[in-house]
Amino acid sequence: MYQTDMYEGVIAETVMLRGHNGDWINAYCARPLGPGPFPGLVLAHHMPGWDEWYKEVTFRFARQGYITICPNLYFRSGHGSPEDVAAKARAAGGIPDDQAVGDLEGAARYLRALPTLNGKVGVWGTCSGARHAYLSACRTQVYDAVADLWGGRVVMRPEDLSPNQPVAPLDYTADLKIPLLGLFGEQDFGPTPEQVTVHEELLKKLNKTYEFHMYANAGHGFFYHNRPAYRQEQAVDGWNKVFAFFEKYLKTTR
Amino acid sequence: MCSMISMQIQIDGCGKNGGAWFNLREADVSFDHPFNAPFEHALNIDFVNEAQGPGARVAVELSADSARALVAAIQQVLERAEQGGFLEKQAV
Repeated sequence: MYQTDMYEGVIAETVMLRGHNGDWINAYCARPLGPGPFPGLVLAHHMPGWDEWYKEVTFRFARQGYITICPNLYFRSGHGSPEDVAAKARAAGGIPDDQAVGDLEGAARYLRALPTLNGKVGVWGTCSGARHAYLSACRTQVYDAVADLWGGRVVMRPEDLSPNQPVAPLDYTADLKIPLLGLFGEQDFGPTPEQVTVHEELLKKLNKTYEFHMYANAGHGFFYHNRPAYRQEQAVDGWNKVFAFFEKYLKTTR
Repeated sequence: MCSMISMQIQIDGCGKNGGAWFNLREADVSFDHPFNAPFEHALNIDFVNEAQGPGARVAVELSADSARALVAAIQQVLERAEQGGFLEKQAV
């Protein structure tokens, strides 16, 4: 536990890494100063893009002792303000799932090459980022834990599939080999509580290690302090659950 | 959720962004999370010129009711313009 006479330091900067297909993309990386070893976290940003909120959260996780990296999943959409770039990605119907999985895997490999890593890497995302985090956790073997915060379109109807999203993430659940944390709001339209139940039933059936928490009086994006969806009580509790989950699976050496 | 409900049309016109006018070539219409409007989802219209990069964009984020009212107003105004014989004078 932190004491006021302890040294604190975090450095945060833009870095470049190899993503999907070996492409260079940029990423925001925040890491605690000191010899470590530190656990690592990959953050999958949401549809509004590689924005200020995700930079803040990257920094927040670093302050909690994680080498944290948030790759710019919209790098190939061009450069400009995060909103303008995200709008371009939105107009294209989002980014291809394969590309997102490849970019997130590249970020995990970037962390795994650091000498200060403790050997553990988690992946965390919200909204479409949670969907990408879950997909990435199922389809690659580079993580030790995954957190899905109100990820929509994990459960998909056949008519919702598209060239960019050809397979429902739910269909990869059998391949999930790491612990999963899920945080959801009862008032969310996507994922609806019913969709969360479908997901949970499959996790149970497949005997996966998971914990799901469904919050009352909360909808989609209840951590977003800059949006009307913010719910203070639920967000504080949710953050505590996130930190406890990653502490359990990433900070301890098993 | 991210609805991924979007479509693009080709348009001709001009938009103003940051004090400067530029030619518009595309309009991206979506019903998804807005960046700023205080709704979980909004009818978003991005008037853009893709050839000029992501910054060539004029954005509006509307409630569904506002968007429907806007569509109706546009239709009514165009009908009046057509009845007045103005549309033929606007050959693009």
